[in-house]
Amino acid sequence: MGESGARASRSAGTAAGLSRAVESVFRRESGRCTATLIRVLGDVDLAEDAVAEAFEVALTRWPRDGMPDNPGAWITTTARRRALDRLRRESTRHDRHVAAHRTFGTGDPTGADPSTVGRLVEELGGEQVEVVADDQLRLMFLCCHPVLAPDSQVALTLRLLGGLQTPEIARAFLVPEATMAQRIVRAKRKLRDNHARYRIPVEAELPDRLPPVLAAISLIFTEGHRATDGSGLVRVELSNEAIRLGRVLADLMPDEPEAAGLLALMLLTDARRSARLDAAGALVPLAEQDRDRWDQDRIAEGLDRLAPWSRRVDPGRFRIQAELAAAHARAATFADTDWARIVELYDVLLQRRSDPVVAINRAVALGELDGPAAALLALEGLTTTSVSSSTPTSRGTPPGPISWPGPGVRPRPSRRTTGRSPSPPRRRSGGSSPLVARRAEPGRPRRSRPEVGCGVDIGRGAPTGGST
Amino acid sequence: MAQYLLSVWHDEDYIDAFETTPPEVIERLHAQVGALNADMEKKGVWVFGGGLVPASSATVVRPGTDGDVSITDGPYAEAKEMMGGFWVIEAPDLDSALEWTRRASLACEGAVELRPFQDG
Repeated sequence: MGESGARASRSAGTAAGLSRAVESVFRRESGRCTATLIRVLGDVDLAEDAVAEAFEVALTRWPRDGMPDNPGAWITTTARRRALDRLRRESTRHDRHVAAHRTFGTGDPTGADPSTVGRLVEELGGEQVEVVADDQLRLMFLCCHPVLAPDSQVALTLRLLGGLQTPEIARAFLVPEATMAQRIVRAKRKLRDNHARYRIPVEAELPDRLPPVLAAISLIFTEGHRATDGSGLVRVELSNEAIRLGRVLADLMPDEPEAAGLLALMLLTDARRSARLDAAGALVPLAEQDRDRWDQDRIAEGLDRLAPWSRRVDPGRFRIQAELAAAHARAATFADTDWARIVELYDVLLQRRSDPVVAINRAVALGELDGPAAALLALEGLTTTSVSSSTPTSRGTPPGPISWPGPGVRPRPSRRTTGRSPSPPRRRSGGSSPLVARRAEPGRPRRSRPEVGCGVDIGRGAPTGGST
Repeated sequence: MAQYLLSVWHDEDYIDAFETTPPEVIERLHAQVGALNADMEKKGVWVFGGGLVPASSATVVRPGTDGDVSITDGPYAEAKEMMGGFWVIEAPDLDSALEWTRRASLACEGAVELRPFQDG
């Protein structure tokens, strides 16, 4: 038993602890392994089953022999061996049938499939399985193929890249397990029936192919960031998984500003996670969040990812939203926020597409900059109807700007004068703007307020639904 | 290589439109589709294709008992939608087929359904 293995066994303790440890390693590594095996074996189901079998083996072997030093290589090698065993078994029974169902050509994207399983087994027998970083990219583009509906893209991504099991994915998206299982089965079948190729799109195709990948990852993050009741752990895992996928994407596509933008946005948003909920589990508005609880490492990484692109003009929507989040992250207190920059960024967003939710957020920021009158003026053109019809309300999202009062309501006087004021103590930014911190009256359920700042709801549709 | 069916679909306005479409529109569509067909043949993608007359001229034949069939006047589906025509193409993979479908949709200025044939 190796040193690290012995240590792992000791620290893991009970059998349940051990299997959890194995599970967590698998969660981390299986996406990469599955991605490589799909290329090597040429078949999604075969690769998935092989990785699952490797997991079973790991559950018995690792607690006994210790965790391998390179779990990823162990999984890939074991899985491939299992797959070959299976192919050998099946080749004696229905060779052509199995071969006909293989999806992709091995390795060479332009090559034809080997015509017999026997030949495949021979080819793979001696082959060193090269775990290529690009494989995860291939898998991302496959899972997020435009012929699949967004729900299917997300489900497939979480399953094949995230290594999540169907029940977990179903729980995360609040659909019955059978529904989610069907969704995944259909998606895989569609890709197979249509002869989807396992490849990274060429430059010319990226404008069509990259956006669904970004949207899927951001959807997973948004789902993980929701403060709905129950499955709190699943939520955190989802956000972390989204960030992990975002890192893979950004690292493998260093020339894509929106990949960097999405990652930065997720990191900067996630940095606020600990400060978002109060003891009762209600959302804490940005203005009132304890900034000491913001994760500075996340912020640093987020700003780092954004920095190389700061000179580049014509930002995409993720980069803009990331810049909004960055503006908040840089401010020691709510009062210190660079509101001018934020208004500017909202202007850019609105130029690209008119959106009442963004317009409201802009008005709130304007209020911080120029006072409540300016904000109310900016809001005059917007009606509650146009807001509620465009704000996503699915899955119990806090209503957000829908609760915005009409222009007839008198704002509570602010303790601050217009413009910058000396920073209040860091812990609580007191004297919050009346536009932002309208408290629910006693007896009425506390509703979330329109918030300035980068939207958590960064899914496909609405950009910055100002949230927490 | 795999084969795909690209079918053009119209809603119920098609039959009316068929009669009343101005000749210059018809001419434009013919030219666009013709150019696409030529390119399909040139690229070795074309298997077969053509436009269909409206479904009102269709007939449905169903098996009955004892080797008999029944004959019904009209299309199979009393549906609002109708297939206006199709291509059968041969393409190496989905992305390639999808690109041809994109061009087909633009050429006939309508919805085109992409559907693969079963293997062998």
